[in-house]
Amino acid sequence: MATKKKQPEDLYGVIAQFDDSHELMKAADAAREAGYVNMDAYSPVPVHGLDETLGRKRSKLPYIVLCGGITGLCLGFALQVWVSCIEYPVNVGGRPFFSWPSFIPVAYECTILFAALSAAFFMCYLNGLLRPYQSIFNAPNFERASIDRFFLCIEVEDPKFEYNEVLEFMGAFNTENVADVPK
Amino acid sequence: MADPELKEVPRDCDGQHPMITPGHSLASVTEKISDVTFLPVKKMPKEWFIGFAIAFMLLQLLFLGITWLLTQGTGVWGLNVPVAWGFAIINFVWWIGIGHAGTLISAILLLFKQDWRMSISRFAEAMTLMAVACAGMFPLLHLGRPWLFYWLFPYPNSMGMWPQFRSPLVWDVFAVSTYATVSVVFWYTGLLPDLAAMRDRAKNKAVQFIYGALSFGWNGSARHWHRYEIASLLLAGLSTPLVLSVHSIVSLDFAVSVIPGWHTTIFPPYFVAGAIYAGFAMVLTIMIPVRKIYGMGDFLTERHLNTMSKVMLVSGLIVAYGYLMEVFFGWYSGNPYEKGMLNNRFVGPYNWSYWALILCNIAVPQLLWSYKIRTNPILLWIICQFISVGMWLERFVIVVVSLHRDFMPSNWDGYFGTRWDWAVYIGTIGFFLTLVFIFIRVLPMISIFEMRELVHKEHEKKHGGGDH
Repeated sequence: MATKKKQPEDLYGVIAQFDDSHELMKAADAAREAGYVNMDAYSPVPVHGLDETLGRKRSKLPYIVLCGGITGLCLGFALQVWVSCIEYPVNVGGRPFFSWPSFIPVAYECTILFAALSAAFFMCYLNGLLRPYQSIFNAPNFERASIDRFFLCIEVEDPKFEYNEVLEFMGAFNTENVADVPK
Repeated sequence: MADPELKEVPRDCDGQHPMITPGHSLASVTEKISDVTFLPVKKMPKEWFIGFAIAFMLLQLLFLGITWLLTQGTGVWGLNVPVAWGFAIINFVWWIGIGHAGTLISAILLLFKQDWRMSISRFAEAMTLMAVACAGMFPLLHLGRPWLFYWLFPYPNSMGMWPQFRSPLVWDVFAVSTYATVSVVFWYTGLLPDLAAMRDRAKNKAVQFIYGALSFGWNGSARHWHRYEIASLLLAGLSTPLVLSVHSIVSLDFAVSVIPGWHTTIFPPYFVAGAIYAGFAMVLTIMIPVRKIYGMGDFLTERHLNTMSKVMLVSGLIVAYGYLMEVFFGWYSGNPYEKGMLNNRFVGPYNWSYWALILCNIAVPQLLWSYKIRTNPILLWIICQFISVGMWLERFVIVVVSLHRDFMPSNWDGYFGTRWDWAVYIGTIGFFLTLVFIFIRVLPMISIFEMRELVHKEHEKKHGGGDH
């Protein structure tokens, strides 16, 4: 039985480094079974099934993008109708002022524009990108996360987090390294 | 004649040539691609310097041409009545068409789960952005009063005036602006994980800071990847109808008019097919030399050359069908003006352009039926130049040849491009190439994380499956 270590003051979490995505999946599976909730895995490639294994619900992003698209459609169409019927009506080739087929291309482009901008912007926002400081970058060897190593980090905020238990739990897998992540 | 770059690699388990030469690991892929941007100046290939120098000189020609145009007015171009639209619109459509291949590769092939697109999508999409930037200059420059270009956008103004939304020219404004914006967004989103890899590999602190800022703090979290993949699929799903609509709208610039040669419903699909055709030719034009100079034959394999040639062949055949139909319509309509337009194309004063068009766009690319030619980089590159020229000639035939002889013979006149027309056109080629060289220098030209995904998938296939 290893001697109990004292949890460091400014701990963010405990991180384990793997060289293979299978080991990471096994560990993530076991961590979810063990009841850990506040954890995340880091990898240089998207690993399929990892997000569900970590216990995540479906993303809201598609619905947000749909709303963005509908907004674009309504705004684009409304702009044209207002301009062409109310504010600056002009007789063009004998067409009625409400010549709605002519309004389709611009409304269509506005739909796509708003939807695409929502997709990109909300992906960044929901992911919490654009934060200047992230504790996880303090993990040792973390540069390899964007090259060829896989990591699993159990965060100190997790209700079941107990420092030595977590160290023991991580040690049970085929890890290359288990380390503390300071805040 | 075998190309030494195309080493004999064993076919993969699907019986196809591999998309990535076996033997790579996640790290080796990352290193090979990102090392290109980290090369110290002394170690950069001299071809880059030569190419950049030429491109930069052509860029100066662009500045000269634009300056002269803006100070002297559009009279310096060869425009007249009836050919009131000349090189400006030809070049605009040519550049926009070229841009479409990038979006097709990034977006449409993503939706069809064609993994071979992964190694070409980064620079194809970058090429799209640069092509759209070149295209976008022309609508502004060809205005009689270019400083009033912003009147094309709907904004509240003191004159109480608004754009006329029933015109394809206004539709163009929205289509091209949306296309440019969405392409930038899609391309940049695709760059985020790679910028993070660059940040993590950079040795110089300033460089690390810059890449770090640009990567928005990407850390490879599984949760982030999940949303990222969803966003990529959504953006791809949005870009697909976008690219189809943009070139259709551009074609409507012509199709909604009444002159023979323009007033035809075949234009939207014909233009889109032509855009794919020209665009793939431009992607290959850049890809083949870059692959050779930077030794990227591992990622841009024989399979890519083969598949992209096939796409060009298919789109070329669709374009050929379009030409055939135009001839059919002209004859079948019985309309004397339509028949006159056809006759003019065949034997009129500009018939050289029409026959050169048939040669470049229909005859020469039939060589692509041969596997040996499809996978021979040099021959393929030469065929791509024919296609690029052919596509320019197509727009020349559509614009100039249709305009110069319309309904009334008293209205007929000739047209030729003046030196300033050519200066601006060649200058935009310089602008495009300058951007390409800068892109190669500072950003990973192949999508690193997608290459890693390919390696990872291969690894999974070999070691995964049963033992999990």
